[in-house]
Amino acid sequence: MIKILYFARYREQLNCDGESFELPRDNYTLAELLAELRARPEPWPSTLGDNNLLAAVNQELSQAEHILCSGDEVALFPPVTGG
Amino acid sequence: MSDFIVRVQTQDFDPNAEYQWLRADSAGSGALLSFVGQVREFNLDSDVSALQLEHYPGMTEKVLEKLLTEARQRWQLSRAKIIHRYGRLAINDQIVYIGVASPHRDEAFDACRFLIDVLKTQAPFWKKEIADSGERWLDARASDQEQAKKWIT
Repeated sequence: MIKILYFARYREQLNCDGESFELPRDNYTLAELLAELRARPEPWPSTLGDNNLLAAVNQELSQAEHILCSGDEVALFPPVTGG
Repeated sequence: MSDFIVRVQTQDFDPNAEYQWLRADSAGSGALLSFVGQVREFNLDSDVSALQLEHYPGMTEKVLEKLLTEARQRWQLSRAKIIHRYGRLAINDQIVYIGVASPHRDEAFDACRFLIDVLKTQAPFWKKEIADSGERWLDARASDQEQAKKWIT
């Protein structure tokens, strides 16, 4: 089981700030998780289909090939606009 | 108290008090530099009354602490502090403070510039405009990405 968090525009568009997700098998990557979430009905594909989407695993920015482990905290968010 | 501090908070900060903290270090720093970012009207629609700043508690502090650590590795710094606000902010409110103390001005300028440039592209904050007509998330700027790139080694 992993935890998924959604921030900012994604959280509002999905009307969801987070969920638990059961990893279907070992060596499941961030890219596979994104493909799974984007296969849900709208508004999931249009929201998470954003080319500029950023992903953090355990609070560190991570790339698509990152392999997820049980207990991970995955966060999905648009490009940051602080400062 | 540590000489290298990160604060993420809703309340305002006092740059004068922060300046006094910077110069109170015992290392005899020759250069003290403070940067303050505030909410500007320039990019905003005319009926915008406020900004709402969201962040990712936990990751925000982690990223900012990592930036301070990297700055200390690259430049000689005796003190440094980053303060970033979140929540509801009005036009002309202060958003971010970066202060550095260093023996030399070049190092102080470079470290401060590095911290603000990389913060803008890596720290998980998001701004939303609050207007009479509704709310709108701000888009990231390509120019900010370009400015941050020059610090990647």
